[in-house]
Formats: sequence, C-alpha cells, structure tokens
Amino acid sequence: MLTAQHITYQVGGGKKLLEDVSVAFRPGDLNLIIGPNGAGKSTLIKVLCLQLHPQQGSVFYGDRNAAGIPIGELAQFRSVLSQNIELAFPLSVEEVVMMGRYPHFNAKPAEKDRAACEAAMQFFDVLPLADRNYLTLSGGEKQRIHFARVMSQIWYPVSGGCRYILLDEPLTFLDIHYQFDFMHKILELLRGKDLVVVGVVHDLNLAAKFADRITLLHQGRVLADGSPETVLTTENIRTAYRLEPVIHREGGELRLFF
Amino acid sequence: MQSSNRHGGTWTVLLVLVMVAALFSIRYGAVNISIGEMVSGLNKYFTHPESMSLNERIFMDIRLPRALLCLVVGASLAVGGALMQALFRNPIVEPGLVGTSSGAAFGSALYFVLGATFKFNAGEWTLPIAACAGAVFSTFLVFFLSQSRDTGKSSIVSLLLTGIAINALFMSGVGFLSYIARDPQARSITFWGLGTLSGANWHSVIIVGISTVVCLIIALRHSKQLNALMIGEEEAQFLGVRIKRLKFNVLLVNVVMIAVATAFVGIISFVGLIVPHFIRMLNGSDNRLLIRHSALLGAILLSAADFTARMLLRPAELPIGIVTSAVGVPVFIILLRRKNYFF
Repeated sequence: MLTAQHITYQVGGGKKLLEDVSVAFRPGDLNLIIGPNGAGKSTLIKVLCLQLHPQQGSVFYGDRNAAGIPIGELAQFRSVLSQNIELAFPLSVEEVVMMGRYPHFNAKPAEKDRAACEAAMQFFDVLPLADRNYLTLSGGEKQRIHFARVMSQIWYPVSGGCRYILLDEPLTFLDIHYQFDFMHKILELLRGKDLVVVGVVHDLNLAAKFADRITLLHQGRVLADGSPETVLTTENIRTAYRLEPVIHREGGELRLFF
Repeated sequence: MQSSNRHGGTWTVLLVLVMVAALFSIRYGAVNISIGEMVSGLNKYFTHPESMSLNERIFMDIRLPRALLCLVVGASLAVGGALMQALFRNPIVEPGLVGTSSGAAFGSALYFVLGATFKFNAGEWTLPIAACAGAVFSTFLVFFLSQSRDTGKSSIVSLLLTGIAINALFMSGVGFLSYIARDPQARSITFWGLGTLSGANWHSVIIVGISTVVCLIIALRHSKQLNALMIGEEEAQFLGVRIKRLKFNVLLVNVVMIAVATAFVGIISFVGLIVPHFIRMLNGSDNRLLIRHSALLGAILLSAADFTARMLLRPAELPIGIVTSAVGVPVFIILLRRKNYFF
C-alpha cells in the first residue's frame, strides 16, 4: 500500500500545486492519476517518489514513513520511470537496463542481476536490442528500454513488503499498439499481488479501459477517486476539463467522446 | 561475452603502448640512452652509485623520473577529464574549463612570488599545497556560482560561462603576480603556465604517483554511481545514489588529482578533454572501463607529447602545453561541431 496523507505542496509565490491531497494506492490494482494540465499530476507523482518535499503531509510506503527510509534501501523495492530521460553518452542497451540492478550489487552484477535484466528485457520484447547503442534507438524503443530497466529494479519480490513502481506519463513516445501492449503487460505483472503501480496518463479512454482505480485531480485537489465508472462521469469531466463528454457504455466498457 | 573480450583487448593494447611510449621517452632525447645503459644504470644506482657513467646518471636522474612523471600526470589529467565529464553529463567539460587549472596556476604563482617574502614554507610540499588550495577554491567557486538559485542545478552553459569568468579572474591574478615579480620568479610563472616536465625528479614522481593512484582507486569506487548519473540526477537518486555526496566526493578527488599534477608540471590543456572522448568512441561510456582506459591513454598521449616537445627543437625543448594545445584545439573544435552529440 502506498499512501499520501494530507499533502500540501506550494511553490515560492505561495501558489498551492497540491492542497490537502490524501490518496491510498492498493497493491494489485492499476492506479492511474488523471487531470487537466496544471492539475498537479506530475507534482503528486514527484511527491510520491520523494523528489519533491511537501510543506505538509506525509507519504507512507506500507506502514513506513517514506521520509525515514534511506534512498539506497528505497531503491531496492521502489522504482520510478520519469519523463524525457536523455543519456549524455553512448551506452549499450544492456548496461542501461543493468542500471536497474545497481541498487542490488556492489561492484559486479551477480548471476541473479543478469537474470533479472534478461527476463525484464524479454518481458518488454527488447532483448534483441541488448547490444545496440542506446543513443541510436527510436523514442519508442528507448521508452521500452526504460520499462525493462525500472522493472528489472524490482524484479524479485521483497520479503515482508510490497514492490512499488511509479510511472510519470509512461505512454509518451509510444504508438497505439505499444500503449495497449504496455498496459496489458502491466496488468500481467499486477497478478503478482505484491506490486503497487501508480501512473500518470493523459488519455482518458485508456484510463477507462485499463485502470482499476482512477484519481482525478483538479486545481491541486482530488476531485474524484475510485473506479472508472464512478470517476469518469459527465459532471466530473465537465468540471475538470471544461468539455462536454459523450459517455458510451457497451459490454461493461466505458468510452468517452468529445 | 564478446564485448568483454574486446575490452580485455583494449586494455592489453593500451598497456603495451604505455610501455612502448615510456621506453621511447627514456631511450631518445638530447642524448640517446642504450638499453644496456638502462640496465647497468638501474643496477649501479642501488649497488655502487659513485661509479655511474654520465649516460647512466642521465637515465636514472632525468629520463626515468621524467618518463614516469609523464605517465602519472597523463593518467591524472585524463581521469580528471573523464570524471568531470561524467559529473556534468557533458563531453566538452575538462578541468581547464571549469577553473581548476587556473586556480592551481594562481596558487603556484602566489607561491613563486610571495613564498620567499612570507616565509610560509612546508618544504617540498609547499608548491603542491599552494596549487591544491587555489584549485579547490576556484573549482568549488565555479561549481557554486553556476548553480541555479531556484533548482540548485548547474546547466552546462552557465557552468562554462562561469568557468570562463573565473578563469579570466584567476589568470589576471597570475598576470598581476608575474608583473610585480622579479625576473626569475616571473620566468617560473610563465614557464609554469605553458606546462613543462623538465623539472621532473624522483620527489615529484612519488608525490604525483601517490596522488594519482589513491585518487584513481577512489574514482573507480564511484564509477557505478557515475554510470547511474548518465541517465540524470533524479533518475540516479531513484537508483539509490546519494547525489550530493557523489558530486562532492568526485569533485574533490578530481581537484586534488589535477592540482597535484599541475603543481609540478604546470598547465597542460586538452588531454583531459580528448582522451575520454577517444575511449568512448572505442568502447562506449561505461565509467568502470572509461576511467581505467583513460588513465592508460592519458599516460600514452602525454608521453608522446613530451617526446615531441623534446625532439622537435633538440637539444632545446618546447613547453609541453604548446604541443598538447596545438593538437588539442583542432580536436576540440571538431568535437564542438558534432553538435548533436552534445546537447
């Protein structure tokens, strides 16, 4: 369980990017955060991954206050995929993925680390790229390499706790095929039941189709939080996005048209 | 498996080249020393030094320490460059560009001019200490001034611009000191500013050697974390790297290594810039290999540059900084023009 309690984060001018936000993300669920530009999605995910320190409120990983967890230890059970990762120097894909295992070994990777990398690359279909220079890859390929990297980081279950993965707009650079592919793969990983997945996405239909739980942010506050059915209502969408949606339900699936 | 063989191959080739370069530096010069003289010189130096011939003396007192100093200074400069580039995530950074060398130059100029006046004397350690102090001061000054007041991060542009400003400041200080200096002191400052290994002796070899080896070991211990830094500071933190500590440690190691070397041989530019770049083209950027290989290639290139500096106007010699700059500047410009690689 990943919990944020009464988070308020404000910037220099006193503007509150997040105001009294409380959410809890359960293991086994696909948790997606949505909201219009400037609603505080990225800020929330940055607070959750401790990159930003809120003026008020706390983040808990399981029952531990995140502020008290050394980052070396945190990195062993929590991985984060940020936006726009650029490599300063040429490096092989294999080594980029191996970075995910850096928190787990000292000088040289063990057999276990190599196995995790290979399995993660296999899982995201990037094993054939292993020997390529990362800088020569396309945007979509790079993104999938980072999926493999963040997954290899938390590949093995940890004793007595959950594994956490935080995704800040993971679908950027991906075509529709790989967007769906990625979502299906995340669902597959979630069968493990000890994995807490929280992601920020823009595409409401994608959220409607795949999320178990949606958190809709608006002006730094939680406007709605729950199943797609309860969050993606005409009224909520109108308030948050200032657009009138047409909502279709067919065979238990929710579709939004604008 | 294939790639690890290739890395082993690079390592072996570089190691052989280091030995060849050192042997050439020792063998040829204003007088040539035969292999036989080297062997007998080495033998007599420890058994009965009083019976050494002139050539044997030149070998033991001048050529051998100079060749060794070339190796350790070259390794220091190249590894310093590799560390700076990894730290700032940019391949056009080198210690000369971020104030380290000019700070060291200012520290040494202070020593040359004021050392006699103020009677501050720590024996043979005075010059390296003065250079180190200047280098630490100037580098950390550039580092802190270039950090954004909002985010605490330094962009490469602000880093280089701050570096230019601080370099100009310290070099004007050096200019002032050489202006008020008496003639022999002023000559020392000028000569030092162009770089030379002509002052090599066993004492400098030992001090620079210790600094190089110790700093190299510490640098290698940080190489995995420096790799993680390649994907970004925040991402490195997500991989468990304590970023502030990493930056401080690496910057300190780098400054000490460069300042100690610079204190004995003066300012030698561009080695730190181009060596890591060549290694990257050969073997990629994994810092664990890059740092090792840069040390070897730096040693080779500096030996070659010193050899050239001694042979071109034989029996006189050029300051080595002139040679490295003459070769380094065109390479630097070529690097700059491959813009997509950098920004």
